[in-house]
Amino acid sequence: MNSILVSTVIFTMMSAIFALLLTIADRTVNNYGEVKITINDEKELNVKGGSSLLSTLIEEKIFIPSACGGKGTCGYCKVEVQDGGGPILATELPFMSEEDLANHKRLSCQCKLKQDIKIHIPEELFNVREYDAVVENIIDLTETIKLLRFRLPEGAEISFKPGQYVQLKAPLYEGNDEEVYRAYSIASSPSNKKFLELVIGYVSQGIATTYVHRHLEIGDPVYINGPFGDFYYQDNDREMVMAATGTGVAPILSLLNYMKENDIKRKARFYFGAKKPEDLFMLDYFKELEETMYDFKFIPSLSRVTEEDNWTGEVGRVDKAINKFLEDGDNKEAYLCGNAPMIDSVVQVLTSKGIPEELIYYDKF
Amino acid sequence: MIELNPMIIFVAAIFTNNMIFSNFLGMCSYIAVSKEISTSLGLGEAVTFVLACTSVINYLIYYYILVPLNLEFLRFIIFIVSIAAFVQLLEMILERYLPNLYYALGIFLPLITVNCAILGVSLFMIIRNYTFLQSFAFSIGAGVGWTLAIVALAGIRQRIKLDSVPVGLRGPGIALITTGLMALAFMGFSGIVQIQ
Repeated sequence: MNSILVSTVIFTMMSAIFALLLTIADRTVNNYGEVKITINDEKELNVKGGSSLLSTLIEEKIFIPSACGGKGTCGYCKVEVQDGGGPILATELPFMSEEDLANHKRLSCQCKLKQDIKIHIPEELFNVREYDAVVENIIDLTETIKLLRFRLPEGAEISFKPGQYVQLKAPLYEGNDEEVYRAYSIASSPSNKKFLELVIGYVSQGIATTYVHRHLEIGDPVYINGPFGDFYYQDNDREMVMAATGTGVAPILSLLNYMKENDIKRKARFYFGAKKPEDLFMLDYFKELEETMYDFKFIPSLSRVTEEDNWTGEVGRVDKAINKFLEDGDNKEAYLCGNAPMIDSVVQVLTSKGIPEELIYYDKF
Repeated sequence: MIELNPMIIFVAAIFTNNMIFSNFLGMCSYIAVSKEISTSLGLGEAVTFVLACTSVINYLIYYYILVPLNLEFLRFIIFIVSIAAFVQLLEMILERYLPNLYYALGIFLPLITVNCAILGVSLFMIIRNYTFLQSFAFSIGAGVGWTLAIVALAGIRQRIKLDSVPVGLRGPGIALITTGLMALAFMGFSGIVQIQ
């Protein structure tokens, strides 16, 4: 009995001494006083030094995209540090391309604030907000793809460009002990500032998709931040070539909704790639758009049809359909969203038709 | 027990009782950070430094606090706490006052907290009843030996990268096999000195 007491007391005391030492060190050694963050040469923030650039910016309500929550494993939180960031750490190097290094990019989660610092971030990030939204509706588009509508809280509004994405937080749930953020393109039109629609597919073992498909129900609260992304509608009069597979349809939907609502008179073609007829969705809606929009054609293409499917449309992957219908690349621009092999093959077809690479906008996932 | 010269313990800890090759301790960072010679050397130096410091701290804690109170059995948990606290403290101090050293070694420090070779050395010196000087020599030797092992593996892995290793063995697989062969080679040193 006595030894239990003594050992508990001693262990507690030793731990307390170490904790005290660390606290003192944190207050003195780790105290970098107040530092100034200059953003884009105009905005100045006076903050407490000693923590990472990412967490400090988030405290100041500037949301840098980050999927891992500052552990230095996702490589999304790159920020241009012009001055005062110190040398780049070995923990960041695996995520940096030669171009990133030349542009003084740093992972903001690894860059610690020790002195006044000058950074440059895209203007759009100032527009990023966090929302405690509520699931308003869930529709099964296919067996593995759901369309979810999230209602923003009272008084909150979101303004984004069609094509941009938001991050959805997957909280802890049974079988998941890690909070992660995952990016999903917004499918609804930017004119709807009170709600967001996302198209989310099920990926087996996916932390966020399992959360959405197996746990999320109407009325549940979710945490969303955004908008992010440099894939969005470009205002000009070029003919639009759009292509998407699976959940990549989401940003294209947002683009089309936006064009329809604003009665934009541009020629547009949308190539929707899938494997089998049951993987296609919202066909009625695209047919309706064909009739109501200025000059829009919807071209679904299936890569794995059998005779039983009675499919009369295009057969093959999307790049094949584009190759067939796209005559030349004159005065055209392209919007693509899908997985890497799909994007790569479509970009190849488009450039061979003469669309310059800088007019091909895409979102790879 | 024969009183061993600290120098002998030092040499033995490098060659015959190498932490990696004879005890297989500290394997996680050994496998993870052995892709390049320069980074593995940095980690090795950091491990050596932390080993030297923590063995002193733990020696003092054990013989001046735990033994008088008959709490020897608490050493496992106390050593872990003291190592973790020391590494944290060291990281903060390095970052503030020796930034250059921090950029070279400091980023490895969080890895070291959970490096079992560090705890292993502290426990071995207690189990083997080393004196203070012997413990210190042992810890430095263990650090040098660990560094030698990781740098050697990094050198070999840089070569292996150019070879066509079977798909299933790429990465940690071939590194572990290599380590096994290296351990066999190190058995050749066993005739030099023996420590228990």
